Amino acid sequence: MRFLFKTDYEDDIKLFPHSGYVVTYGVLLALLLIAPYLLSSYLMSQLVFVCIYATVGVALLILTGFTGQASLGHAAFLAIGAYTAAYLQKYNVPFPVYFLAAGALTGLIGAMVGFPALRLTGIYLVIATISFALIVEEILARWESVTHGNEGMRVKTLSLLGVTVPRDSPTFYYLCLAVLVLTIVGTLNLLRSPTGRAFVAIRDSETAARSMGVNVALYKVKSFAISAAITGFAGVLFAHKLSFISPEMFTLQLSIEFIIVILIGGTFSLHGAVLGAIFIVMIDPFLTYLKDDMPGIIAGIAATFGAGTATAGNIQSKVAAFASLNGLKGAIYGIIIVLFVLFEPLGLYGRWLKIKLFFQLFPLYKRATFKRQKIYVKSERNR
Amino acid sequence: MSYFRAENLSLHFGGLKAVDAVSFAVEKGEILSIIGPNGAGKSSIFNLISRIYRPTSGRIFFEDQDITEQPPYDIAKLGIARTFQNIELFENATVLSNLLVGRHRHSTTQLWQELLFLPSVRASEKVHRRRVEQVIELLDLEPYRDKLISGLPYGVRKVIELARALCSEPKLILLDEPSSGLNVEETDDMSFWIRDMKSELGVTVLMVEHDMSLVNRVSDRVIALNYGRVLAMGSPAEVQQHPDVVAAYLGA
Repeated sequence: MRFLFKTDYEDDIKLFPHSGYVVTYGVLLALLLIAPYLLSSYLMSQLVFVCIYATVGVALLILTGFTGQASLGHAAFLAIGAYTAAYLQKYNVPFPVYFLAAGALTGLIGAMVGFPALRLTGIYLVIATISFALIVEEILARWESVTHGNEGMRVKTLSLLGVTVPRDSPTFYYLCLAVLVLTIVGTLNLLRSPTGRAFVAIRDSETAARSMGVNVALYKVKSFAISAAITGFAGVLFAHKLSFISPEMFTLQLSIEFIIVILIGGTFSLHGAVLGAIFIVMIDPFLTYLKDDMPGIIAGIAATFGAGTATAGNIQSKVAAFASLNGLKGAIYGIIIVLFVLFEPLGLYGRWLKIKLFFQLFPLYKRATFKRQKIYVKSERNR
Repeated sequence: MSYFRAENLSLHFGGLKAVDAVSFAVEKGEILSIIGPNGAGKSSIFNLISRIYRPTSGRIFFEDQDITEQPPYDIAKLGIARTFQNIELFENATVLSNLLVGRHRHSTTQLWQELLFLPSVRASEKVHRRRVEQVIELLDLEPYRDKLISGLPYGVRKVIELARALCSEPKLILLDEPSSGLNVEETDDMSFWIRDMKSELGVTVLMVEHDMSLVNRVSDRVIALNYGRVLAMGSPAEVQQHPDVVAAYLGA
């Protein structure tokens, strides 16, 4: 186990507390940089989605994890970013310009959503953000002169400084990775400065934050704007990756996927956003695999236990029918959320920290180390 | 003119007069205690000053400025810090970041500077950190710097709340029952710190307290309240012998 001996106030500020972190993240970054030469094109495509989802995850963490304002409207922010890019592309606006414009516009709309959200907390805020997402979805479907309605919009291949960057090229992957890394670094910077601390203060006690001089309303709006802007940037990349966008891609299901990203990853650290993104991107092919192969496997098992060919075939078709039910994916996501909230509220990153601590303390680890305990109960709160 | 003044301050919830035409003044550098039975309106006065409640009528002045209509976050910016009766700390943050939030009113950095963590932000962060360390040293909080609040015992949290208020370098500090839930030893420490705040940091203290031994040890003046009205005002000994105060506590 390593003991940090701090000798300077700088030690409390720097991003990497000790050299071990530099090595770990250096190796990770190197691996990510050479990934296009190692991985298959399918896995590279998945990795691009991981980058985009993780960027949105970080954005959602700023709002939900650190400021404590739940949002089920991030698919709408993503849509606004994506559609801004697609729309401006029609007028031959260069990539850097519409990239920044998409972020700025989404940030502005995020701030506008933040204002009514000032008076709402908890479940009411969730409902407000859901209705925002539904409104945006409806606008995308109806405002045909701009969005082409349900026909959707084709997104032209990205062209950066005169060079075309196809959506499956390593360059596009590097672009997504760069956006993710910059987002993470910016967020870490924010979290170690007054704004980030004000966010956390609002999350834990608005009354105390206010009495310490934090303008709660202003910082909530700031949090909404920052979160939305980052999601808007991610939306541009998302549009380019899909090369075609239509309203039904930005439904409530996508917002729920983003919530899963941070819930499963862990809401208290940026690591959670990345781990959650890997989880959500990888679970989809896994579910497809289950859907395609599970009926056959179950029928095979039934056959080995003495079921006749007819019965086995019957079982296979029944399971296959069940596996292709509408909304099954949503149900599975729901179950995953419930299980994580019940059994691992700290998410995958929390689990990782526990495993790490187990080995650090090896024979001395106590099972109750992370047991949640209430030391006293607040009798009242000034809301 | 007094340093801090409340004039005819009232707070009515429907027919209930939680605070009823209370007037008092605090002189610069004094320790003024407010005592009274439960429900007398002591904490309500604090919540009026820090603008959690809006007064039904009356005005509040601080350094000759009318602060009755100021938004709550501006009260802290003017230099009025407070602690809470039921501890309002940022539970899932470390002690250090809790104390650094106390520095919020001194932060001048802009959002875009913070996103890039420019040298100016780094420099101001170090200044904040140094100030926080001074408070940590004053209140003996060295063992807890990197601990999460949620894992700390009640007594320590109470001190951290005081520390957070002090980190904002207040001119006037409002202490809402600083000794509630503390044992005799911790209460002794608290009384030393309150006097230190006055003598070393030059902070004016307005305090709500039930523990009469603490009140007697630290206060320059005492105000006794009951049913939202001032019963008596004066030195600790005078107030305790005042017939109305005796009647309020023991029954007539």
